[in-house]
Amino acid sequence: MTAVVERTDRQRRMLRRLPWWTAAICLVGIAALWIFPFLWMLSASLKDNMEMFTGGLKLWPSKFVWDNYARAWNDAHFGRYLINTVVVTLITVVLVTIRCATAGYVLARYKFRGSKIFLGVLVATLFVPTGYTIIPVVKISMQLGLIDSLGGMILALSGGAYVSAILIYYGYFRQIPRELEEAAVVDGAGFVRTFFSVMLPLAMPVTATVAVLTFITTWNAFFLPLVFTFSRPDLRTVSVGMQAFVGETATDWSGMAAAGVISIVPVVVLFIFLQRYFVEGISGAVKS
Amino acid sequence: MSIRSVQLTRRQTRRVAALDRPRFGWKKTTWIWIFLLPTTVLYGIYTIYPIIASYWYSLVEWNGFDADQKFVGLSNYRTVFADPLFWNSFKVTLLFMLLVVPARVLLTLLLAIVLNSPKLPLIGVLRSAFFIPVVTTTAIIGVVMRFVLDPSSGPVNSILTKLGAGGIDFLGNQHLALPTAAVLYIWKFFGVTMIYWLAALQTIPYELYEAARIDGAGPGQVFRHITVPMLRPFLIIITVLTVEETFHNFDLMYTLTGGGPYFHTEIIEIYIYRWAFGASIPQLGQASAAAVFFGLLVAVVGALQLWGVYAGRRLRGEQR
Repeated sequence: MTAVVERTDRQRRMLRRLPWWTAAICLVGIAALWIFPFLWMLSASLKDNMEMFTGGLKLWPSKFVWDNYARAWNDAHFGRYLINTVVVTLITVVLVTIRCATAGYVLARYKFRGSKIFLGVLVATLFVPTGYTIIPVVKISMQLGLIDSLGGMILALSGGAYVSAILIYYGYFRQIPRELEEAAVVDGAGFVRTFFSVMLPLAMPVTATVAVLTFITTWNAFFLPLVFTFSRPDLRTVSVGMQAFVGETATDWSGMAAAGVISIVPVVVLFIFLQRYFVEGISGAVKS
Repeated sequence: MSIRSVQLTRRQTRRVAALDRPRFGWKKTTWIWIFLLPTTVLYGIYTIYPIIASYWYSLVEWNGFDADQKFVGLSNYRTVFADPLFWNSFKVTLLFMLLVVPARVLLTLLLAIVLNSPKLPLIGVLRSAFFIPVVTTTAIIGVVMRFVLDPSSGPVNSILTKLGAGGIDFLGNQHLALPTAAVLYIWKFFGVTMIYWLAALQTIPYELYEAARIDGAGPGQVFRHITVPMLRPFLIIITVLTVEETFHNFDLMYTLTGGGPYFHTEIIEIYIYRWAFGASIPQLGQASAAAVFFGLLVAVVGALQLWGVYAGRRLRGEQR
């Protein structure tokens, strides 16, 4: 008797969940279409050039051509572009995180002469587009002898924008109770010690968010790396290299797909593992 | 006096404590400025200085190679404003915005509402899938899509040919190029606005929905009487954020169409690029004049943003 009741109960629960499962299956279908371009790129990177033209949207290659990757890596220099991108991205992430954390900290915790103006200038320039600043940035880099170098590119990338990162730190440090700092001072910690051994460790989640956001922005940057490498093709990052690849070897489409996969996989993997921080960083724009 | 004390009670006391600190010694002031130094130097050189310098550059005639910059007053502006292609790029930028923003703001809201319901299975996987295009490199997407949409050898057109629709030159046709770019752009950045909406939806307490359901409200009523009014303040902020983002579209347009065919997708950023870096004799003065104009356009929208935030706050305040 009870067993029958239980079963109908479960059946009813299943029935009630049915519309949700239908919705989920529809959405999975849409989501599959959504990421189809990436799946197609992955499969195209393993097809030979002939199959790429005749195969249409078919995903499974009839023969796996790993040579595409070798060509992209060596002949199209994507090995070097990848190293350039990794170097530029990692150093930029470190620079941006440090400068935003320290700036956000003092702006949030201390009222000093000029603090309001400093913050005001930052907020007023929140949305300055690269297209607007690019000419003076290139000009001043030329004057400083920093054009045509990875170092110059890194400095320019770390100096542009990232106001939102400062604001995220600012908002976080503002909430930390005063007593914590006072306790640190009582324990004999100075200004720098308080920041590095008390405040910064507390802000770990914010640091993760800022680092992940900066990583993805820098990895994907195109405008600045493009104008910084006009006369130095060996310094290209993957995004610029991709544009140049098509211009130079217009026929090697499967090599291009392989190069695209090499360039995109690192960010996608990073996103999959750290998406929580990434999503938090983006939703911060709405909440604040 | 009385206004100030009201403000004090409304704020958290410890915040005020942090702000109204007594003066501190030179040692601490020094450290404060050392902490601000990296941002002051980097942001100063690569953002603040360029904003100001653009105005100067827009007043000189200069090709970027020679040392001499000849002051020409407003003549660059006259040249730019007399250039039909400049107004074309202005028009394309705004048209692109009009094509993209409504779709991004409204369609993402629908998806976000569905993806916010706790009963939906596979929610995490679905959210990630819709978000993945956002993290990928825009410039690479542009290059790959150029092949995918190629009229003679691209896979999309090979399917269309099999279906008997014939080859469609999505990016080469002057009427289709901009809408095609708009669709790709919406697809690429859909996830960002979706996350904005999810963040907004999460500010609505779940108990509110429960209470409405207990009172016998159907899903339509819940949407009309709870979701919509609670989201209204966010609509302004999210729309303006999205508008600002559509101004940063150089990567996709440049790699996808390069501004073509015949300037039909030439947004202002490409116009600036063409005069500053693409031309055989760069016209930096003229490019800067266009850049200054572009900067003003973005600033106007930014001001709208501030106003929008205040209006949103007021709306939220009224609800309380």
